[in-house]
Amino acid sequence: MTILLIADHDNRVLSDATGRALTALCAMDDAVHILVAGHRAGPVAESAARLCGAGRIILADDAAFAHGLAEPLAALVVSLAGDYRAIAAPATSGGKDVLPRVAALLDVMQVSDVVRIVSPDTFERPIYAGNAVAVVQSTDEKKLLTIRTSAFAAAGTIDAAVPIEEVRAPHGVWLARFEGETLSSRDRPDLASARVVVSGGRALGSAEKFQDVLGPLAERLHAAIGASRAAVDAGYAPNDLQVGQTGKVVAPDLYIALGISGAIQHLAGMKDSKIIVAINKDEDAPIFQVADYGIVGDLFEIVPELEKALG
Amino acid sequence: MKKILVPVKMVLDANARPRVRADETGIDLSGMRMSINPFCEIAVEEALRLKEAGQAEEVVIVSIGPAKAQDTLRQALAMGADRALLIQTDETVEPLAVAKLLHAVVMDEPPDLVILGKQAIDDDCNQTGQMLAALLGWPQATFASAIRAEEGRLLVTREIDAGLQTLSLPLPAIVTTDLRLNEPRHCALPNIMKARKKPLTIRMPADYGVDVRRRLKVLAVRPPSGRKPGIKVATASELVGDLRAAGLV
Ligand SMILES: Cc1cc2nc3c(=O)[nH]c(=O)nc-3n(C[C@H](O)[C@H](O)[C@H](O)COP(=O)(O)OP(=O)(O)OC[C@H]3O[C@@H](n4cnc5c(N)ncnc54)[C@H](O)[C@@H]3O)c2cc1C
Ligand SMILES: Nc1ncnc2c1ncn2[C@@H]1O[C@H](COP(=O)(O)O)[C@@H](O)[C@H]1O
Repeated sequence: MTILLIADHDNRVLSDATGRALTALCAMDDAVHILVAGHRAGPVAESAARLCGAGRIILADDAAFAHGLAEPLAALVVSLAGDYRAIAAPATSGGKDVLPRVAALLDVMQVSDVVRIVSPDTFERPIYAGNAVAVVQSTDEKKLLTIRTSAFAAAGTIDAAVPIEEVRAPHGVWLARFEGETLSSRDRPDLASARVVVSGGRALGSAEKFQDVLGPLAERLHAAIGASRAAVDAGYAPNDLQVGQTGKVVAPDLYIALGISGAIQHLAGMKDSKIIVAINKDEDAPIFQVADYGIVGDLFEIVPELEKALG
Repeated sequence: MKKILVPVKMVLDANARPRVRADETGIDLSGMRMSINPFCEIAVEEALRLKEAGQAEEVVIVSIGPAKAQDTLRQALAMGADRALLIQTDETVEPLAVAKLLHAVVMDEPPDLVILGKQAIDDDCNQTGQMLAALLGWPQATFASAIRAEEGRLLVTREIDAGLQTLSLPLPAIVTTDLRLNEPRHCALPNIMKARKKPLTIRMPADYGVDVRRRLKVLAVRPPSGRKPGIKVATASELVGDLRAAGLV
């Protein structure tokens, strides 16, 4: 029996999250079909067809799927659910929105934020902002899983594409209506998959200083920019840069925290980074308990020195 | 709108450090400070603001949990909610079963809008609102950072990975809250006193005929793997030297 993975994409580009979720599911020793539901999303299906580990691509192309809204997408997934032993999605904002809706329609209790697949019915997931890890065994016949993508490597690609099969959108009346969106600029590497992340906290003091201090350093390191909740709440950075329990979870090779205290909710989103660097003027700041390298001092002095030393 | 229903969960306080039990059976909550889940507090606040703006007539709070969850309900009443319902149980109730109980409560009431938190900060599931929407066949807008009621519809701005998205929903509908939706009020002492006299009904899961047995068996709960202690370096150039040696920059 097979697994169905719901792809994450913007109708043009397949997100890196999909390949990471695929890597996780390959551990379940089953063929994985990838569902691309979108509008004029052919190119996305073609990229998915070249992911190493994909068995087949199912393309549902319809205006109803243009914005990934939960109602039509859940109806589609339920209509395909039949023989699949497991249905999964990366734990992106889209996956978190739709999969519980599918789970309830199928009367299945979902396992959220899987960080390890122990066996086809047993999974590890963080709870309490990552202060504990629960090992849970699903007793439902079908498994519904969201995958925490920072815990898995990206899938490789292959030259020979697997087949793409088209399916029709189910009929239905969808109640929620898309009104508009404001997307963040894409001129920096993607936070969820960047090798290096530079994050700023409340200490940055203003949106201008946040940009002035983090921008050049991130540029130099080819890094994505992240932020603490305090920095986002204060309007220094947009919401989609928030790292933490309730924001994005990242695990880059290098995470640099500037003027971030290290509250457990922030640590929940970055403590699995390979190397953590913290710059904070308070030597007792909890961020130093997880940092591999710490500098105690004023970030407004140290960051320019850091750039100079990087050359 | 006539009625808004707000489900709230009692959880370990966000500032407390969870203690993992040595026998790996779970988190030791004895003697720990319990509070209203922060996202639920935001949900209560938003419902009250809609009521105060003349958009709704009544705000009803519901919780599924132990007898002590009455404190959480009283807190929501002190904020200004009109009445509360506790579905009392000492068992852990999973999101799917919570959604089924809430479905039954919605059938009894019925509200025009249900506002939930996006996530309970203990189980970190982020499921219940979406599940309830599915069971009811209602539209959903998760992770809301702004809500506006307009001509019988609801305009909801959502925090998504790529930025912000706005949806328009007909009522009845389900909304789940994100952190930036509002800042909840503090309760004044007179309101806390007044809240003691507001109606609080207690029921049992069996009253609703919902099977709340767990579908996920918890085999173990363990502390996360820790990090090795790091070092303090004195200067930026020393740091860059170390990062270069590790091949990171
Ligand atoms: C339900 C809930 C969910 C949450 N989710 C998240 C989340 O997802 N992500 C998140 O980040 N937070 C989250 N939080 C908030 C979290 O608890 C903290 O409040 C937040 O992370 C603090 O942000 P901060 O470190 O930027 O600010 P602060 O805690 O105020 O820390 C600022 C730090 O900057 C240092 N500093 C000041 N000036 C300088 C200087 N010139 N040079 C160097 N250092 C300086 C200070 O010593 C201090 O350590 C959540 C909270 C709750 C209740
Ligand atoms: N036991 C409960 N009682 C009342 N509401 C709950 C309960 N569990 C979850 N909820 C609601 O569902 C939201 C999301 O919870 P969860 O899906 O567990 O992350 C919470 O913020 C509450 O609004």
